Amino acid sequence: MKNNFNIMLGNRINYILAGIVVILLMSCKPETKPAEGAPTLAISTDNAGLSVPEGFGVIKVADSLGKPRHIAVTSTGGIFVKLREPINGEGILYLEDSDGDGIAETKQGFGNYGGTGIDVDDEYLYASSDEEIFRYPLDNNGKVSITSMPDTLVTGLIARRAHATKSFTLDGKGNIYVNIGAYSNACQVQDRTIGSPPMMPCTILDSAGGIWRFRADQMKQSYGEGMRYATGLRNVVGLDWNKTDDKLFVTQHGRDMLNTLFPDLYDAKTSAELPAETLYKIEEGDDAGWPYIYYDQIQKKKILAPEYGGDGQKTAGENAIDPVVAFPGHMAPNALLFYTGDMFPEKYKNGAFIAFHGSWNRAPEKQQGYMVAFVPFSNGLPSGDWEVFADGFAGTEEVLSPNEAAHRPTGLAQGPDGSLYVSDDSGGTLFRIVYPKK
Amino acid sequence: MHTLKKRTTVLLMGIGLGLTMACKDGENTVKENSEEISTQATVSQEIEAAIDLPGHMVEGEKVYTQHCLLCHQSNGAGVPGLNPPLKGTEYVVGDKDRLLEIVLYGSNVGLLVNGSVYSNAMPAFKMLGDEDIANVTSYIRNSFGNAADPITADEVVAIRSKIKE
Repeated sequence: MKNNFNIMLGNRINYILAGIVVILLMSCKPETKPAEGAPTLAISTDNAGLSVPEGFGVIKVADSLGKPRHIAVTSTGGIFVKLREPINGEGILYLEDSDGDGIAETKQGFGNYGGTGIDVDDEYLYASSDEEIFRYPLDNNGKVSITSMPDTLVTGLIARRAHATKSFTLDGKGNIYVNIGAYSNACQVQDRTIGSPPMMPCTILDSAGGIWRFRADQMKQSYGEGMRYATGLRNVVGLDWNKTDDKLFVTQHGRDMLNTLFPDLYDAKTSAELPAETLYKIEEGDDAGWPYIYYDQIQKKKILAPEYGGDGQKTAGENAIDPVVAFPGHMAPNALLFYTGDMFPEKYKNGAFIAFHGSWNRAPEKQQGYMVAFVPFSNGLPSGDWEVFADGFAGTEEVLSPNEAAHRPTGLAQGPDGSLYVSDDSGGTLFRIVYPKK
Repeated sequence: MHTLKKRTTVLLMGIGLGLTMACKDGENTVKENSEEISTQATVSQEIEAAIDLPGHMVEGEKVYTQHCLLCHQSNGAGVPGLNPPLKGTEYVVGDKDRLLEIVLYGSNVGLLVNGSVYSNAMPAFKMLGDEDIANVTSYIRNSFGNAADPITADEVVAIRSKIKE
């Protein structure tokens, strides 16, 4: 009897416990709103750990993707992801969400090369290795059905280890704009070496350190067939074509190591802040001044680089363009996207989202910038101060070294419904930021 | 005096062993030299360092902070894709000559470090003095959980004369 009672009591406790567990489990599950015909988005109850402005929500589309760099979403909502390093010989992933909850169920891979750049238009998928740009025809479903024989649009681009990735964007008029990063920090004869003199002139600029323009419909182009569209850009990872004024905009990674290379001119704290990370509006033939100058966001001036005789104060580069936005140093702006969707509130329309990878060059100071920023635009130029849009990617308050960051924003894409997709090459996660209608 | 210090070391070794076993850092101790240096010896080194930090650790840290920390970071973990880690790699705790060659003359060939390649150039530091090079290499061989025998200025001189510039 006693035994039975104990068993019964045990059972009852078990039921109660089971109930609690179920409730707990349910609270962990993504919040699903009542279905009324239309598919409901599986918005994460804690926004997948990110902080976004009031009214926005975050869906974790996929994780464990390796090192996803740039991303592109087709008009049917399929997601192409470029991987920095191929996994099992697959450097491009195609993710699909067929039940409409926002979480990708299927994943296919192809393209046996690593890289960063990827984009789509109505007819083609474009993707880059560190030396070439390829093009794959899209079928009627917006997929790549023949993955093994891409067209080679561009070949033989310089890739010498540093800043080798080839980000690009399309202007919708048959041109493709490609970053060829300078394989150098500040164009010293010996890169990053104390006392090594600068090259004068900097011959790296002949074949790198700028944006080159090629045709998006011609095969096997290289330097001879393309043109240097803009120069004096150390390393651009984010590019986008602003359709409101038909101009190219780019985000540059500013130089490193002012204190390490010139301890008498810059202390470690100053070196953590300088120089600015910059957003430029690019006209054909523009020169942004690297390596001869850098942009100081505190003095709001172009300053002569110390390698070329600068002292932190002397200005130079009268013919070099000014940035349209100067951000704090070393935050690594890795993707740029002009928002043309209808989902987000009006203030975001035609404004610029910038994915910051987060710094390493601020050490020993605290690292910064593991976030997505927003810059409001009007008539093709910034119309207000930049602000943090999505934050919390690092997953920790204080980051002393980038290894400690859970996620590092790297790529941006806009979905057909106006969602903003953000890739992360540290945690291998793909996020989708939505603004659900009330 | 020496005996007293030794006895204290042994005592602290015991306490330290317990503490280290209780905390996570103990797991980070580099295993690569485990044949030569036992865990106990590693702990004893750590304790000894805490009591009376060897000169090469004090001086080496200064050189590290000025010349190395920016890229290789305060925790020696480096930066993914850009700058290789110094913790837990044979390049640091292994062959002394190879380490000295890289520190003195730089490297820009994309070495495979713990399964990954890193794209930034390692600059040359041949302009630094023999003591500075010895101290900083000894420091990185015994920081971030690494444990390996220190490098002397004589060993730096030997590599300099072996590799005629």
